[in-house]
Amino acid sequence: MIEPLIGGCLIGLGSLIAMAASGKIPGISGVIAKVITPVAKTDVLWRIVFLAGLVAGAFLVFQISPATQRFTIPGGRVLITVGIAAFLVGYGARVGGGCTSGHGVCGIGAGAKDAICYTCVFMATGALTVFLWNLFTKTGGLAG
Amino acid sequence: MRLALILIGGILFGAGLAISGMTDPTKVIGFLDFLGAWDPALAFVMGGALATFGLGLFILKKTGLRIAHTDLPDTSSEPISKRMLIGSAIFGIGWGLGGFCPGPALANVTTLHPAVMIFLPIMMLGMWAATKKSTP
Repeated sequence: MIEPLIGGCLIGLGSLIAMAASGKIPGISGVIAKVITPVAKTDVLWRIVFLAGLVAGAFLVFQISPATQRFTIPGGRVLITVGIAAFLVGYGARVGGGCTSGHGVCGIGAGAKDAICYTCVFMATGALTVFLWNLFTKTGGLAG
Repeated sequence: MRLALILIGGILFGAGLAISGMTDPTKVIGFLDFLGAWDPALAFVMGGALATFGLGLFILKKTGLRIAHTDLPDTSSEPISKRMLIGSAIFGIGWGLGGFCPGPALANVTTLHPAVMIFLPIMMLGMWAATKKSTP
């Protein structure tokens, strides 16, 4: 569990630096959404730079340690499932005001009660979805 | 200076996602599978991220240290909104269905995996739809 802990620390540090330098909360869903539908012309460049860094950072690790490229579609999912999931994630993150990084890391990290609440909600519906998926597709346990 | 720091922040974030293993959707589903073969890795990721971010923010606030004369954003809690609760619930369903949230999906873009290439544009479509609806 040392890699997840180190990775988590880097995610926290990266979020902190991006927040202090941009003056905005750098939750990934918000950063992406406000590139697609900008609120102000001067508010777009830093977002693109941050996202480019994210892609580059992951790419760098993938190159240095190819084992980190491990990518497996979870049990029973097909591409249509992924497509439906994608719409729900994008739509829900915007209506919900954030995702795992905006609410889960920055919001909770700042001690914001609303972020704690929203994170608990999406963790709960996420867990319930996985439970029901496994129940009805019988792909639970070690499958996938 | 400001943009260079933001770039470094992004690189650290992306590297962290890859090192932590969260770019593999099966690891994420493993965490959400509390009643099955539970994989606690994501809890360690969140723990590390929260500890680092929380401590760093505490130090920034205490010392008044600022980067490039930029003020910290307002991170105080707002009243819980029903709309945002519903949005978060929908986000969670999508997260549990696919095993992707926005950060890891984007971090995977250079792998050109078909699932990622389908996920990213449709996720953006969902974001666009949500913004359209909220600004009539």
